[in-house]
Amino acid sequence: MSHEHVSNTKRIWFVFGLLSVVTTVEVILGILKPASLEFNHFIGLNLLNWIFYILTIFKAYYIVWAFMHMEGEKSSLRWSVVSPVIFLVLYLLFILLTEGHYIYGVFKDSTIKWNF
Amino acid sequence: MEATVTTANNDEKTWGGGDIQPLGASYGKMMMWFFIVSDALTFSGFLAAYGFSRFKFIETWPLADEVFTHFPFMHGVSAPMYYVALMTFILIFSSVTMVLAVDAGHHLKKSKVAVYMFLTIIGGLIFVGSQAWEWKNFIKGEYGAVETAGGSLLQFVDKDGKRVALEEFAVKLPEQREALTRSKEKWFMEDAETQPTYSVAEIQAGFKAHPDLLIRTETLTAAKKKTVLTRAESESRLNTAKYVVEGANLTRNEYGSKLFADFFFFITGFHGFHVFSGVIINIIIFFNVLLGTYEKRRSYEMVEKVGLYWHFVDLVWVFVFTVFYLV
Repeated sequence: MSHEHVSNTKRIWFVFGLLSVVTTVEVILGILKPASLEFNHFIGLNLLNWIFYILTIFKAYYIVWAFMHMEGEKSSLRWSVVSPVIFLVLYLLFILLTEGHYIYGVFKDSTIKWNF
Repeated sequence: MEATVTTANNDEKTWGGGDIQPLGASYGKMMMWFFIVSDALTFSGFLAAYGFSRFKFIETWPLADEVFTHFPFMHGVSAPMYYVALMTFILIFSSVTMVLAVDAGHHLKKSKVAVYMFLTIIGGLIFVGSQAWEWKNFIKGEYGAVETAGGSLLQFVDKDGKRVALEEFAVKLPEQREALTRSKEKWFMEDAETQPTYSVAEIQAGFKAHPDLLIRTETLTAAKKKTVLTRAESESRLNTAKYVVEGANLTRNEYGSKLFADFFFFITGFHGFHVFSGVIINIIIFFNVLLGTYEKRRSYEMVEKVGLYWHFVDLVWVFVFTVFYLV
């Protein structure tokens, strides 16, 4: 195994601090919802949601890399775990969100009123 | 027995997948990673399906900070986000104690591993308990609403746009239909629990008696607030009311789109089930640590493997938190 058996305690507490700060920022933004962020859009998504998603991925990176110790694994394991997830999730999101938007249009432009 | 464990190079580590480690990780750890990959895709499927339904009803979706407003010991105080933020911290902290247990395992410090595992289990139990409390509030509801024949949801507000609960204005009419009870009917014919507190007629009569009440529809305005109708519009909309909705179940909920509650129950329930099973696995490993199983093995890799699962549960929560409560 590729673990050099040194204590990582310092790094663990650093990552914990980082995750806590990011979560606090998210909660503060979620409560305040600054209008300048909420009503300005960038590629179909408002800036506030962009910030939330970027911070989420930032947190996910630190959980996987530091807590799950992905940084200590071989790059072959890293790629075989991370790349299928990223590729398939992007694909899934693209398909489902596009279709959801299409069905929204169908409902809006027709007289169907069936809430399912 | 020996015949079954013989390998080509006659190595003793067959249980661990032999000595050949193409990805530089033991068999168990590698398979835990690939289990996590498949589980991650399952959760992604759920969250993407949530996104699909939300895009479908983008103009009428409930606002999360109006739904999750409870905090323990703070009755009637609207505290959006604080409770889930607390839950998030609890789960992140239990992740930290887990990674500290793994770290102590690398140094073969048995008692330290046991203490950190124990703290992780406690954190997990607090999280599951918090989620149960969140569900209780969600199911019980706060204000109540009515559903129209067309499936839209109508909520009640006063002149300032503040929500008004059904019991604040509904009048008690002489009972139109008595709820079935076991004592009066056959033992299986009981519906007292599923009957809403008020009938549609009682809500309509109460609404007439309070001229300052208005109706709020699900439709979001440009300012991302719910649309409040005028008094005349409100009265005509209320005439189409068909059901009284109190709280939430899988069929209808007082918050808005029916799918909102379905996805809430399904996704947070599935995640809660992961936390619960993680706690059970952690308890098993905790006892193994106490019994000295890994001390004899001179390797705490099992702690590392359940650690991976536990961190994954935390990882999923990070996404559920964003998608359900923030966005």
